Amino acid sequence: MKIHKYDTVIVGAGGAGMRAAIESTKRSRTAVLTKLYPTRSHTGAAQGGMAAALANVEEDNWEWHTFDTIKGGDYLVDQDAAEILAKEAIDSVLDLEKMGLPFNRTPDGTIDQRRFGGHSRNHGEAPVRRSCYAADRTGHMILQTLYQNCVKEGVEFFNEFYVLDQLIADVDGVKTSVGVVAYELATGEIHVFQAKAVIYASGGCGKFFKVTSNAHTLTGDGQAAVYRRGLPLEDMEFFQFHPTGIWRMGILLTEGARGEGGILRNKDGERFMEKYAPVMKDLASRDVVSRSIYTEIREGRGCGPEGDHVYLDLTHLPPEQLDAKLPDITEFARTYLGIEPYTDPIPIQPTAHYAMGGIPTNVEGEVLTDNTTVVPGLYAAGEVACVSVHGANRLGTNSLLDINVFGRRAGIAAAEYSQKASYVELPENPAQQVIDQVEHLRNSTGTERVAVIRRELQETMDANVMVFRTEQTIKTAVEKIAELRERYRNVSIQDKGRRFNTDLLEAIELGNLLDLAEVMAVSALARKESRGGHYREDYPNRDDVNFMRHTMAYREVGDDGTESIRLDYKPVVQTRYQPMERKY
Amino acid sequence: MATPVLDKEEAAGQPEPGFADSPYITVTFRIRRFNSEVSAEATWEDFQLEIDPKERVLDGLHKIKWDIDGTLTFRRSCAHGICGSDAMRINGKNRLACKTLIKDLNPEKPITVEPIKGLTVLKDLVVDMDPFFQAYRDVMPFLITKDTNEPTRERLQSAEDRERFDDTTKCILCAACTSSCPVFWNDGQYFGPAAIVNAHRFIFDSRDEAGEQRLEILNDRDGVWRCRTTFNCTDACPRGIEVTKAIQEVKRALITRRF
Repeated sequence: MKIHKYDTVIVGAGGAGMRAAIESTKRSRTAVLTKLYPTRSHTGAAQGGMAAALANVEEDNWEWHTFDTIKGGDYLVDQDAAEILAKEAIDSVLDLEKMGLPFNRTPDGTIDQRRFGGHSRNHGEAPVRRSCYAADRTGHMILQTLYQNCVKEGVEFFNEFYVLDQLIADVDGVKTSVGVVAYELATGEIHVFQAKAVIYASGGCGKFFKVTSNAHTLTGDGQAAVYRRGLPLEDMEFFQFHPTGIWRMGILLTEGARGEGGILRNKDGERFMEKYAPVMKDLASRDVVSRSIYTEIREGRGCGPEGDHVYLDLTHLPPEQLDAKLPDITEFARTYLGIEPYTDPIPIQPTAHYAMGGIPTNVEGEVLTDNTTVVPGLYAAGEVACVSVHGANRLGTNSLLDINVFGRRAGIAAAEYSQKASYVELPENPAQQVIDQVEHLRNSTGTERVAVIRRELQETMDANVMVFRTEQTIKTAVEKIAELRERYRNVSIQDKGRRFNTDLLEAIELGNLLDLAEVMAVSALARKESRGGHYREDYPNRDDVNFMRHTMAYREVGDDGTESIRLDYKPVVQTRYQPMERKY
Repeated sequence: MATPVLDKEEAAGQPEPGFADSPYITVTFRIRRFNSEVSAEATWEDFQLEIDPKERVLDGLHKIKWDIDGTLTFRRSCAHGICGSDAMRINGKNRLACKTLIKDLNPEKPITVEPIKGLTVLKDLVVDMDPFFQAYRDVMPFLITKDTNEPTRERLQSAEDRERFDDTTKCILCAACTSSCPVFWNDGQYFGPAAIVNAHRFIFDSRDEAGEQRLEILNDRDGVWRCRTTFNCTDACPRGIEVTKAIQEVKRALITRRF
């Protein structure tokens, strides 16, 4: 075991982690611990753009953007946070341009902008061009630009270091962050990082679904690490299903395709979104479009022999426009489906895409241990966190924005905290829990296999807690997850070695997915209403009287060691926008 | 040579992405294995599995890892050609396992999978990427400007100027190009194509003001002149970057000092 001491430790090197690292490294001695080489992070898979009311191509302002974000989130958004997001968006985009990001340009040489779902002019009048983009590679360009600037700033990375535990101590009755424990993949060695401040920026947990746009590595590691230490997770029942994943594979095809004029069609060739969203049509918010697609499929208007998908039609767009604006997704269609998007529509279905919920933070990125109390020294930003700027449904292009605005904020706040704070003493045997966990898995002779349990988990999640949910389906999922968690105790791995033991890594990741899936299902069962990405067929309406509140899920351990989930609720921050019925 | 076979029932109970009308076929994966904890020697090992020809080589590797041999080790993340984790040598050519479909490989013959060349193998298909990233860092891969007064808004750039370096912005740092280069195999000091591509991305960016410095770095004896224009790198690039052309443009800029 090795012990390291840093002012600030950042867990994860995607967009939020690297944006935080650029700020934090300038102000404090910083280490970035990342499970993957930084440029492998899933920020790079984001395509369509980053929202900011630059008004480069038409009239726009950040107040409209704030409104759209709140409405898009079905009024579960904390409005003070949404205002910060929309206001700071403009400088965030300009900062990236100054760091070198190669945005597409207008004929005037300014940053070009395009339409995206749910972003509108003057509170819903018509779509507005607000997404700043670089072809359909905006996430790739952001990830590369941030990595380039980390190289420039000399950010210290620990690549392929997997954080398994968050150390928390009681300091004068206050839960305080002490550091983290990490597993070095190359050697199997355990490292303890004592740090005055820790920032989680480790991304989402979409791999508990089968059809997903998420990378294999998005397994909720950060959420699970803090949750097991008794900190709450907020709004985990809200998961976004992106309308246009490649049929059966789930690979993302950007909403920018519809921003450029692409149209969704059913088996009769009908532009069905006109029925569901007369104004915004194909550019309604993602939850609305995904539900509309499944309604078409359920009512027998799906495409293909099994009627299990619909088409994304780009055939009316000029090939030059597809080549210039959507080169990557058209190539995906050619590579993975053998389809030529110039002439043929692309089969798509909704794909599990984004966790709106996560580790609760305030607008400075400080992690909360209940509805109001901060954990000194602990921060989170990006998809792992819940500020909450996305509420019940995130708007497209607001996640690349979120990682930049709140990554930057968390980086500054954490470094400023570590400048004035002192180290909290490490507990005795700080790595004991991790050593026990790793050795248990390495030595287990159990009969269960990781891949089998993971497959069953993904299948039950797809079948029971996807776009449409009922009490019965959610209960089925809760029971199945409980069974899988029990079987997981008996899991064993074949690779008993120390070097690059990805067999062990996958077993640990599965444990994280199981914990988070349970939180998600239990939170969803208790929310007896429909709001944003959480749609209950048995409670089809939004219920502001009983459920205009955030879910806070806590892990409880009884005296006999039995685990359970306790749900509590947190009020939504409302400033100037009164909840209205949501229409697009 | 062991030949483990995936149980058919297990394969059937495992619906993977694919198409209802395309039957599973049996293929052999012949994989280069190395684990220093087990043996100092690398060996070939064959695996037979049932797979839909429309699936990816990465899907095949996952079937082996998940259902046959959990010790098989490789890097992967996004699984659709964006993250750059899974560059490997498949049937003798550098490719991304997640962008290579079985049907494009002649499944009649064993599909060989080896680690990319020129970098130290750490375990099975995992290589030490540090020298690769060091060469990248050496070309100063970040925008350098000398303006004392930063503009309050964005810098202006015409669409034509933006287009000038578009091709080299696509790089995902997978190392498929660098590890396909015979010069790089024989001379560990050579920067390699990927580093030059990333230098090109800034040298030809109208906003950047450190082109001369970067050209001097590449003018070094281990720099751009070592390129023998074998075009391996261009063939290997999973992003379709015209790598050799970019290297030639850098060479030309060194001679003319115009870029």
